[in-house]
Amino acid sequence: MYEGAVQDLIDELGRLPGVGPKSAQRIAFHLLAADAADVGRLTAALQRVQAEVRFCVTCYNVAEGEQCRICRDPRRSLDVLCVVEEPKDVVAIERTREFKGRYHVLGGAISPIEGIGPDDLRVKELMTRLMDGTVTELIIATDPNLEGEATAAYLARLIAPMGVAVSRLASGLPVGGDLEYADEVTLGRAFEGRRRITA
Amino acid sequence: MSGVPQSLYRDEGVVLRVQKLGEADRIITVLTRRTGKVRAVAKGVRRTKSKFGARLEPFSHVDLQLYTGRNLDIVNQAESIRSYGPAVVGDYRAYTAGTAVLETADRLAGEEKEPQLRLFLLVIGALRSLAEQTHPPGLVLDAFLLRAMSVAGWEPALTDCARCAEPGPHRHFSVPGGGIVCPSCRPTGSAMPSPVTVGLLEALLTGDWALAEASQGTNRREASGLVAALLQWHLERSLRSLALVDRSEPGAPAPVALPDVHRLVGAAQLAGEPS
Repeated sequence: MYEGAVQDLIDELGRLPGVGPKSAQRIAFHLLAADAADVGRLTAALQRVQAEVRFCVTCYNVAEGEQCRICRDPRRSLDVLCVVEEPKDVVAIERTREFKGRYHVLGGAISPIEGIGPDDLRVKELMTRLMDGTVTELIIATDPNLEGEATAAYLARLIAPMGVAVSRLASGLPVGGDLEYADEVTLGRAFEGRRRITA
Repeated sequence: MSGVPQSLYRDEGVVLRVQKLGEADRIITVLTRRTGKVRAVAKGVRRTKSKFGARLEPFSHVDLQLYTGRNLDIVNQAESIRSYGPAVVGDYRAYTAGTAVLETADRLAGEEKEPQLRLFLLVIGALRSLAEQTHPPGLVLDAFLLRAMSVAGWEPALTDCARCAEPGPHRHFSVPGGGIVCPSCRPTGSAMPSPVTVGLLEALLTGDWALAEASQGTNRREASGLVAALLQWHLERSLRSLALVDRSEPGAPAPVALPDVHRLVGAAQLAGEPS
């Protein structure tokens, strides 16, 4: 145990994800030895995140200000909406540069075993966005695991009567992989979602 | 690391739950046929290139090779025997019922590595029924819960008095008392379920599906309430997934967000839809 302030810093760092007691101690002593300017930048960044970053009022992505960068962008199409679980997924899809529509962040997936049901996600907010008829296609991009699939099935059933085209991201073989190493569930899905090659 | 004997063993089991561990690993809880409940680390399964990530999802019946670690065992190889997941997730009612089956099995299996063959067979049976849609998901869940309690030694009395074995039928049902109780043994606060509901419980416990499927919604609701109360009484804690089980009738719209839809669109526009 260290004295007061140092121990407090180690305790706080140790609460971060992936930081154990030893790493917390190492980071704390690094900060003690670092320049005042470096530490100042870190403190300022932490305070700025706390003060300025919040959730976009439209899509619930992280945003500085009322709306996120994507919702403010007039070049993004209004008729296609992509539903994701977390803000991290928005970044992953943005990296593809394939999608020009807008997003809706659910804030997780339906997982009864964790006690998370549809009421704990931003499903009602999604329904409200779909109400005015601007959105004609909904792409469900939840994780390709059990909770993500169940959430997709749930949303599809909820949205079906509204006349919005609902699609699900394809799953299949990773680019650059070997067919023989693919597991049967993924390979089965790849067969199911095969597409015609137009010559 | 030396000095720790690493013994390999092989078993088949159903994946009950998965928890994230570190960057790309998972802890999986498996109910195995011979070893009982096992918690094991599956390394790297969250990476997209993982060879057995898809096989180790909940609802998967897998053939595993594990080696004994110091705290947790480690999954070495996994082969699918049958994956109930894809069929179950397509139907939200089956998914929520199935999750409750898995959570109950996890709780009832108790200590790790205590063989629980009958419970294992019940879980497999329930998942198969949910995946193949042989019976309504809500009834499959209640039948599983009743039989799992019976396997655990908590079978409720449904005809004779649970306390004095006075031959029945009796009208009163006491959750702390262990089922049907006679008028003289009846503790205060006992319920009085309808005799049809008690008949439904009996049918679910014994596997009389013709009788169970002919039951009405009110009796099904009453029966599942009693089953849930009995189970949570014995487990001494509530099951999180049980509260989220969707027991709506097939074909009905999903049970959430619709009140808002009505408010926003106006009831007139939705009048033509089933509610």
